[in-house]
Amino acid sequence: MPLLAADPESAAGTDGLRASLEAMAKASFSEKSALIAGIAGSGDDRARVILEALLDGNLQYRKEDLRPVYLDENEEGDFLVDALTGENLGAISSKRKVKKITINNQLRGELKLAIAGFKLSQADAGARAEAARSIINGPEPELLPLVADAIDVETEPDVRELLGYARASIIVANRIGDADQLIAALSLLGEATDRNVISLVSRFLLKDEEGNYLEKDPRLVEVAEASLNELKAKQSFYQILQNVFFGVSLGSVLLLTAVGLAITFGVMGVINMAHGEMIMIGAYTTYTVQLLMPNLIGASILVAVPMAFLASGAMGILIERLVIRHLYGRPLETLLATFGISLILQQLVRSIYSPLNRSVITPDWMSGSLAINGMFSLTYNRLYIVIFSLLVLLALMLLLKKTHFGLQMRAVTLNRSMASSMGIRTGWIDALTFGLGSGIAGVAGVALSQLTNVGPNLGQAYIIDSFMVVVFGGVGNLFGTLFAAMSLGIANKFAEPFAGAVLAKILILVFIILFIQKYPRGLFAIKGRFVED
Amino acid sequence: MTTTKPVLLKLLEDPASRRFLAVLTALALIVPCLNLLVPEGSVFHVSTYTLTLLGKYLCYALLALSVDLIWGYCGILSLGHGAFFALGGYAMGMYLMRQIGERGVYGDPILPDFMVFLNWQELPWFWLGFDQFWFAMVMVILAPGILAFVFGWLAFRSRVTGVYLSIITQALTFALMLAFFRNEMGFGGNNGLTDFKDLLGFDLQSDATRNSLFFISALALGLAYLLCQWLTRSKFGRVLVAVRDAESRTRFMGYRVEYYKLFVFVVSAVLAGIAGALYVPQVGIINPGEFSPINSIEIIVWVAIGGRGTLYGAVIGAFIVNYAKTYFTAAFPDLWLFLLGGLFVVSTLYLPKGIIGLSRRLVPALSGTGKQAVKEAGQ
Repeated sequence: MPLLAADPESAAGTDGLRASLEAMAKASFSEKSALIAGIAGSGDDRARVILEALLDGNLQYRKEDLRPVYLDENEEGDFLVDALTGENLGAISSKRKVKKITINNQLRGELKLAIAGFKLSQADAGARAEAARSIINGPEPELLPLVADAIDVETEPDVRELLGYARASIIVANRIGDADQLIAALSLLGEATDRNVISLVSRFLLKDEEGNYLEKDPRLVEVAEASLNELKAKQSFYQILQNVFFGVSLGSVLLLTAVGLAITFGVMGVINMAHGEMIMIGAYTTYTVQLLMPNLIGASILVAVPMAFLASGAMGILIERLVIRHLYGRPLETLLATFGISLILQQLVRSIYSPLNRSVITPDWMSGSLAINGMFSLTYNRLYIVIFSLLVLLALMLLLKKTHFGLQMRAVTLNRSMASSMGIRTGWIDALTFGLGSGIAGVAGVALSQLTNVGPNLGQAYIIDSFMVVVFGGVGNLFGTLFAAMSLGIANKFAEPFAGAVLAKILILVFIILFIQKYPRGLFAIKGRFVED
Repeated sequence: MTTTKPVLLKLLEDPASRRFLAVLTALALIVPCLNLLVPEGSVFHVSTYTLTLLGKYLCYALLALSVDLIWGYCGILSLGHGAFFALGGYAMGMYLMRQIGERGVYGDPILPDFMVFLNWQELPWFWLGFDQFWFAMVMVILAPGILAFVFGWLAFRSRVTGVYLSIITQALTFALMLAFFRNEMGFGGNNGLTDFKDLLGFDLQSDATRNSLFFISALALGLAYLLCQWLTRSKFGRVLVAVRDAESRTRFMGYRVEYYKLFVFVVSAVLAGIAGALYVPQVGIINPGEFSPINSIEIIVWVAIGGRGTLYGAVIGAFIVNYAKTYFTAAFPDLWLFLLGGLFVVSTLYLPKGIIGLSRRLVPALSGTGKQAVKEAGQ
């Protein structure tokens, strides 16, 4: 249901539109056609929304006074909204009191044309570019004069270029004009960057059963072939870019989930099997924050980040003080105890929130995608996660290098007993480190809640991957973790098209198992002399 | 055979072993009698359900024994032993699958149902030979054995120890789980192998077969116990303990630590595979879920609760924890994970030597607690 962004102040101009719409309620199809043309030409800024609603079949009229309305519903039942002012006209007892304004196929075509015209004459250049792209994806012959007019008045060179491709697409798709026109259009399309153009161009290269081109004009085939090669080359280039982007975004997730693990393992030499559950706690914190502030979804994510850090961090410190503290020097026992804790936390969440997955609402500013061109776009949620994970890493580096706590932490990492004899309270450092590592896991949970559903097993899905990152990158070096996360993420995404998602994962695991043959302490192990036992 | 006899007698000199084997023998003989001979209405009757359940526990006990051999005596904490168990199980499952023949839903004489369903025309090469029982039995030993050999050789040679080793064993079983979930692998994908009909011509649903399988499981457990006992009591076993307690020192004294570890790791994997092979005909299904990391890590808690480094402790732990699991997942499903998680924490914090260690500490004179535990679990 498109909700009207109308402001009720500007009543001027509404009247003409309202009169046309009221007239439309009882009009015949041919009369409607004239009314639509009138509305389209009225220059009223509400007209486009109205026409779109009419095209989608959402526009209704109230039988008693022919008032144009939208039918909407909430938990109390159906209610009406004035189509022009957005004013709530109150609940209705029966849907029979309203009637849809009907249209036929011819009207549908006219509506589409009118809407496309509106879109091409929008004030925002980005919106006009978007309209041009949508024409490339749906090159209908009726649009040609519209596009030609738009090119003449267009001032932005980028949009003009896109409109040129749109015109060429229409010409090529519908074989308008003579061979020379087609050749010009085909060769122009070689420079375009939209997926649909490839199928348009390759239509000229179809062959019959004997392998001869269906296209009789050899010049057209030649141009089409050249353009297609150009397009294919561009497509594979952008495919690689796309893979890199997906890989980097997966790598960022891995970085977020693994970096806390790397810190605790580096400082304390213990593997926290409950790390995945710290991620889960962060994700559930996000969910809870959204429940608490349902009207501020956009801001809730920003509130959730510190909340998740505190919740998971506090849980981490609690675990450290209650259990892990008593198990120092026994890394395998710590591993088992923390695994037990992870089971308890999972069941706890199941008991509190139910075992079903919960979905966290993605705020508006994180949904959608940034279209670089028709072949390459970056989804905002992934883009933000990449930025966010790098920010977290940066903050962590500053904490380690520039603060007193960081200094003490690094000292404990290098030589625990020496640090202790220099007066560092290693017990406190351990607790705070564990809290820090867990808190970062919680923050990772906030990021993950934007990518997947939140469930009790959320952490488990990522924990083994995080371990692999730590094993690969080595401990005690954040650059190692960054490098390992990014390379594993990218490798995974590049292996996927060849081997499938599951096999890619298996290959990565096998690679890691072989890798630690050569570097048993990871790629960026701390140099020094260590003696076990 | 003449050379093993004195060894056997020597093993039986240990009172704890004698008691353990006596309880096991009693269990193996009495339970089938109670199932077959005592009429159904009697209080002493053991239902076929209970018999199968106990048979399952025996397989788990054998699995726990194999883990105790490497963890308790050599310090190798494998979080992927479920993989060897599952491989043994799959080898048995493939034999049982081939035995179904034309009785499958699609009635194909050669291809198992799921392959017909996937439109496969012929049997993949790795399914060849599994219609022969002896071949399947060889594979029950070879499949986990070879995997353990290759994996162990790579890992121990480059001195991957401690938590690193634990993590990559977990990665191993995780990778295998993902692989077996794929339909293209040819192991039945998600659903695994099931709908078995008979084993060597004996109907799997009949009480006689079930009792025999129960008895064989008990026998296998007993023999494996003797083998482990023999291994750990020998000079070889002392070196293992030395590796556990101070690996570098043992190496400096001239022992090739990696070979010791590799050998015991392979033996343990084979025992786990045998346990899996006995498990599958009794429960009637094997699917990729057996590879899941949580299954493998649960084995560790059986051993930890029972008491690592005692062998019979692992068996007791397997019985107690699994009995608790059967009881709680039916009666209080929500409580089970709290309890299991709590067991991990409590056993590592307060019971480093498990129930065996606790009983020894509380009642130094009485070391028969273990036997009672087995009886309790068996009821």
